[in-house]
Amino acid sequence: MTASNTQIDRLLNREYPAGFVTDIDADSVPPGLSEDVIRLISARKQEPEFLLDWRLQAYHHWQTMPVPQWSSVHYPPIDFNALSYYSSPKSRKPGPASLGEVDPKLLETYAKLGIPLAEQEMLAGVAVDAVFDSVSVATTFKDKLAEYGIIFCSFSEAVREHPDLVRQYLGTVVPPTDNFYASLNSAVFSDGSFVYVPKGVRCPMELSTYFRINAANTGQFERTLIIADEGSYVSYLEGCTAPMRDENQLHAAVVELVALKDAQIKYSTVQNWYPGDEQGRGGIYNFVTKRGACRGDNAHISWTQVETGSAITWKYPSVLLEGDHSVGEFYSVALTSNFQQADTGTKMIHIGKHTRSTIISKGISARHGQNAYRGLVKVLKGADGARNYTQCDSLLIGDRCGAHTFPYIEVKNPTARVEHEASTSRIGEDQLFYCRSRGLSAEDAVTLIVNGFCKQVLNELPMEFAVEAQKLLGVNLEGAVG
Amino acid sequence: MTAMLTIRDLHVAVDGKPILKGIDLAVKAGEVHAIMGPNGSGKSTFAHVLAGREQYEVTGGSIDFDGQDLLALPPEQRARAGVFLAFQYPVEIPGVSNVYLLKTALNALRRHRGEAELDAMDFLTLVKQRMALMQIDEDLLYRSVNTGFSGGEKKRNEILQMLMLEPRLAILDETDSGLDIDALQVVADGVNSLRSSERAFLVVTHYQRLLNYIKPDYVHVLAGGRMVRSGGPELAQQLEQRGYGWLQEAAGTTP
Repeated sequence: MTASNTQIDRLLNREYPAGFVTDIDADSVPPGLSEDVIRLISARKQEPEFLLDWRLQAYHHWQTMPVPQWSSVHYPPIDFNALSYYSSPKSRKPGPASLGEVDPKLLETYAKLGIPLAEQEMLAGVAVDAVFDSVSVATTFKDKLAEYGIIFCSFSEAVREHPDLVRQYLGTVVPPTDNFYASLNSAVFSDGSFVYVPKGVRCPMELSTYFRINAANTGQFERTLIIADEGSYVSYLEGCTAPMRDENQLHAAVVELVALKDAQIKYSTVQNWYPGDEQGRGGIYNFVTKRGACRGDNAHISWTQVETGSAITWKYPSVLLEGDHSVGEFYSVALTSNFQQADTGTKMIHIGKHTRSTIISKGISARHGQNAYRGLVKVLKGADGARNYTQCDSLLIGDRCGAHTFPYIEVKNPTARVEHEASTSRIGEDQLFYCRSRGLSAEDAVTLIVNGFCKQVLNELPMEFAVEAQKLLGVNLEGAVG
Repeated sequence: MTAMLTIRDLHVAVDGKPILKGIDLAVKAGEVHAIMGPNGSGKSTFAHVLAGREQYEVTGGSIDFDGQDLLALPPEQRARAGVFLAFQYPVEIPGVSNVYLLKTALNALRRHRGEAELDAMDFLTLVKQRMALMQIDEDLLYRSVNTGFSGGEKKRNEILQMLMLEPRLAILDETDSGLDIDALQVVADGVNSLRSSERAFLVVTHYQRLLNYIKPDYVHVLAGGRMVRSGGPELAQQLEQRGYGWLQEAAGTTP
């Protein structure tokens, strides 16, 4: 018993491999939040009037809101005036540079993370919009995408080049008054990604953004907006790593998805921010609002997430199923170790007729990790024939961790069918011994078993991402043969 | 010729309770030894201790395997050194495909031996060949390890793993339990196909039946944690006729 637990401990103790700091002069705004800071951010980004007004409106509303207390995560109060709300790497020219002009140090940083931009451009067929702190530094494949009429750029660029689209959709899924952290984001968001796929276009490649938090004491407030016009399809990948820090860093992002009639959006996340050390010191606070709207018949939105990082993860990627026959999906793996806390899940709001939703949640807790699934399935009066299937599985490693499930179901239509299944299990000594007696190390055996547990979710990830996710779970590729 | 496996005065306890009380056994390459005995005699404990199960505490004695101190090695290193245990109750691992575990295990062994890992094509060719021998349907490759397998499928799959890993020392723990005659024949054919002068088998069983298919060179009777009688194949025949009672009485042990 003890020997294999020691093996598990060693596995869980591996140092955070992305923990390094890039030495670049950052152009930061002094800490603190006020109307002046918001005006400064807006001015520095040369934003149109409507956006400044929108930000200020959000800020004034935020000031009236209490910090949410309802989730099962615990952390000391955050001093929002001690944070700096804008940071961009200094460059000679304003705006994103071409790949060849990017600071070599930045490229080196990504290379250490295994994201060699130059290589990716040539290989894979993945377009990368790399966000380093707050400013988008490189966008590739833009020309190719432009041939299809697809817009894929930084949020700042979208505000300058496509203000009408931004104005039409910004805040229509997550209003600036939605919740405490979404309002804060609306007031101070610095950059993010913007995607527009025109009618009937199937995006020919996976779109990918790697977020990275670098400068110390900089809250990161990403804002992403993806619009899939009628009959279009897009798959978007978001990956996140961060260097080691002693202090907690706040990350409050907002992602809005709009899928119009017959359109499909697949949004995948691998989140590997700094989780804090063995004693629970440091780590990212990841407070994120992600929501998609199926705004037409047969629209389809899928969220797939692999959450392995952050000290605290607080996110509920949701789908508003407005159009008839629209489909919402949520596939999630959340791994908490050391003193990590995750409170995550989804909301599926069935509004249209014959709407369908699927929720598959896999929580893994090790050491002192605490993992909560919190989900809401709501079927409104008019949602005839709505169907939901929910499956929540928890895997415990060791005896000091915890798994919690909070499913909420509200059904106002008698024709709806809602199913919920849940299980909790432990990695067994029998399983470990069986694998080891076949020549696998204890470490490989644990990752094999965990990988098997997560398989349903990992299968939903695009290949490029599945590899990274499995690497993060410390696992070799499942089902490599056949 | 020196023995491949030499066990001297092995004592094992589980939860502080002595189960094995001084086992001596020498097995040479090329030999098949049957370990028989009544229920609760310590047969399964003996098999698991050889494979390195950590819940079983070795309180005395030694095990030498090819000149190595087997007791000093963790289970995976024993496997890589060539020890294989076919489980009486193969363990389910949901979500992990059978083929993936097989390939991972085989490549772990090949790496240990300094051989190149097999690529997907070569591996599949090999595994399909061995599956035909074990009369296993190909779909079993892509199902989760032992999950929802019938009793017979589990046992055949254990032998398939053995055929793939080609151990030096194979320990079969009650591989015959729960098998009908046809399945027993298939399993025995699989085992017999692997018999060679380089390899040894420990066949742990309660019944003599399996030994009609896998002919042992030696038969040992384990009772009350001790080897109470050793002999040739004729000992198994005697047990079939007389049961275990007379040996236990003779040895002064009761179950």
